[in-house]
Amino acid sequence: MDRPTANFDEMFTADGSVRPGYAEFCGWYDEQDPKWLQRKDAEADDSFRRTGITFNVYGEDEAEERLIPFDMVPRIITAAEWRKVTKGIEQRVSAINSLLYDLYHRQEIIRAGRIPAHLFQDNAAWLQQMVGFTPPGGIYTHIVGIDLVRTGPNEFFVLEDNARTPSGVSYMLENRETMMSMFPELFARVGVESVSNYPRRLARSLAACAPAATTGKPKVAVLTPGIFNSAYFEHAFLADQMGAELVEASDLRVVGGRVQMRTTRGFEPVDVLYRRVDDEYLDPLTFNPDSMLGVPGIMDVYRAGGITIANAPGAGVADDKAIYSFMPEIVEFYTGQKPLLPNVQTWRCADEDSLAYVLDNLAELVVKEVHGSGGYGMLIGPTSSRRELAAFRKKLTANPQNYIAQPTLSLSTCPIFTKKGLAPRHVDLRPFVLVSPDGVDITPGGLTRVALKKGSLVVNSSQGGGTKDTWVLKD
Amino acid sequence: MLGRTANGLFWMFRYLERAENTARLLDAGIRLALTRDLVTAEEEWRSVIAVTGQKRLYEANHDSYAGADAWNFILRGKDNPANVREMFGAVRQNARMARNAISGEVWEAVNESWMRLEKLLARPIGQSAVGEVVRAIRLAGTLVHGALEGSMLRNEGYHFARAGTFVERADSTARLLDIKYYLLLPSLNYVGSSLDNGQWDTVLRSVGGERAFSWLNAGRMDARAIVEFLVLDDRFPRSLAFCHGALRDHMFALARLHGADAGSNQLMREAEINISDMSVETIFEQGLHEFLVQFEKANGEIGQAIAEDYRFLA
Repeated sequence: MDRPTANFDEMFTADGSVRPGYAEFCGWYDEQDPKWLQRKDAEADDSFRRTGITFNVYGEDEAEERLIPFDMVPRIITAAEWRKVTKGIEQRVSAINSLLYDLYHRQEIIRAGRIPAHLFQDNAAWLQQMVGFTPPGGIYTHIVGIDLVRTGPNEFFVLEDNARTPSGVSYMLENRETMMSMFPELFARVGVESVSNYPRRLARSLAACAPAATTGKPKVAVLTPGIFNSAYFEHAFLADQMGAELVEASDLRVVGGRVQMRTTRGFEPVDVLYRRVDDEYLDPLTFNPDSMLGVPGIMDVYRAGGITIANAPGAGVADDKAIYSFMPEIVEFYTGQKPLLPNVQTWRCADEDSLAYVLDNLAELVVKEVHGSGGYGMLIGPTSSRRELAAFRKKLTANPQNYIAQPTLSLSTCPIFTKKGLAPRHVDLRPFVLVSPDGVDITPGGLTRVALKKGSLVVNSSQGGGTKDTWVLKD
Repeated sequence: MLGRTANGLFWMFRYLERAENTARLLDAGIRLALTRDLVTAEEEWRSVIAVTGQKRLYEANHDSYAGADAWNFILRGKDNPANVREMFGAVRQNARMARNAISGEVWEAVNESWMRLEKLLARPIGQSAVGEVVRAIRLAGTLVHGALEGSMLRNEGYHFARAGTFVERADSTARLLDIKYYLLLPSLNYVGSSLDNGQWDTVLRSVGGERAFSWLNAGRMDARAIVEFLVLDDRFPRSLAFCHGALRDHMFALARLHGADAGSNQLMREAEINISDMSVETIFEQGLHEFLVQFEKANGEIGQAIAEDYRFLA
């Protein structure tokens, strides 16, 4: 195979020996006939197409459905590594929840001078309607995705917090299903923690946040924008696996102080709504009076304790990239401890000094939009042309508060399977975190995204990234 | 279950049935055309297009009823919004919409069939390939129905799916008979004469009933027997009597599950009485066409009443 580059490789050490977590896998891999593996590789694609695990790409023909490429070499995390990571995630997720409660109540953190008030005052995700209101169970972020990157044996960093509607969990589940059906013998040989009960954990976690108005067993529904949404497959998949209804806004109506869905028997109340739509599509009465989308009056029902909305409206204020840069202070403020998982060093371009530094070093940095996501609208200095740099420089100086900058990390690599054998590619990791009054629940695994292009650092599926099965080894 | 989901299931199976029936119709047409002179063949394709309800659209864009023109129009014609490719696209779209109300096996049967048909229907279809395409469409129906029977919970979703199947099938058989009735109607006066058995055979083939019919009738072929078979014989799964019997069962199951006798059930009972009172003589006396028009109307009203009773639409 291509030898790993200067960065940390998940599978091989610098001298080319196999790391302990991968020993069993590599032993198995070396026994396999490469031709047979190639055939299996092609089979995997077929299996994804058959099950319909596709996504629609924004801006393309509605009918176009694509597969996210799947790589069959797993990303393996040892039990000890995972324990460390989960401790850090628990701490961070608890802090995010405390931050949201605080921001929408007494704002102690601002009074204490730890973060500036403009952070939320100027934030489009800030929701005045949430001020003074406590969601059922005190939970704001029921489902969180924490994006991690790794640069060394013990160096995990948080790259991004996703506190709104993180997606990708269906890939975690289907990647595992695919691996188990392709290589059952592998799972007999290696002890891998199961991820398959995630939907049950999700259902339980959501039910634990049922509102006061619930009578009997909490009724959970997944709210999707509809069949043409890029993540529709995942919405349907989760609803199906949880045994929940999959609703669109047009199925819902406020009747008698409850949000009710139109069933074949008439209107029936929904207790917990796992919404996979953005805040502004929730309630036209609150957000966008011209919009036909959403459920008129749902926010009033919410505030009166008639429904739980997961994640809470206004939770997005905690996950943009400007807030991110304050996460170390935020974690310390609410937990009284140093963050277990560090941030990536971040320059806020709104600060004059930082902006000057960023402009001077643009070619070495990664610059991101504060509210951007999906790898859109970002600059990767080292791989950009002089013209691209100049164009970005203009955008940046025109509107500096819209950007943050980070050093170009040398993300860890993990080998992918190619026709010529294993080849290292950069990866990140999104574990999926559930929060309820019963605590923080992290499924052992997650979604490993991989940049399939050699040398590329962009792992987003919208930009040609793929995914891997993620194994957490049993102790 | 959501009303919208019930609607999705109902239409998913209506479209599946429609695609399958269209394939049978084509199959019979191709066979007849092969064994006949050009004029008879064109006549047959004209009536095939008429059964699909797209005669005007076809004639607006085509000068003749050449076989390949006709089947390409029906299967994949861009100038035909009701082509089979679109129908199957609608099957899959509705299946996606009702994804959490169908089993994984049903979904995979739909999705795999759709992928196969998309490939087969991507390019114009020549004489040598059309048989395979028609067979693939029929098999898609078989596969999905099989998955439904073998893996679905017998809850309301199952009954909506089946109700969609039988409303569509009843409509399809009635429409076929109505378009072909000129073959059957005058023949009362021709009993025993050598009327074109090949064309009657085509009618039977269009509902996949040629073997069953000859088995029951020991090779006898006359209009009376064919009408009796396709309308009144409740042993044949595409006859009007069978379809309405099955539809009734599923609708009553729905009413039981919902603990209420819905308006659609009343309509169903009335329609059933109308059929069970009939003999083939009274049908011919009343006029086959008049009978079929009335049947199609009642059938359509039942479908609409189901949609209303179970809140398919907002």
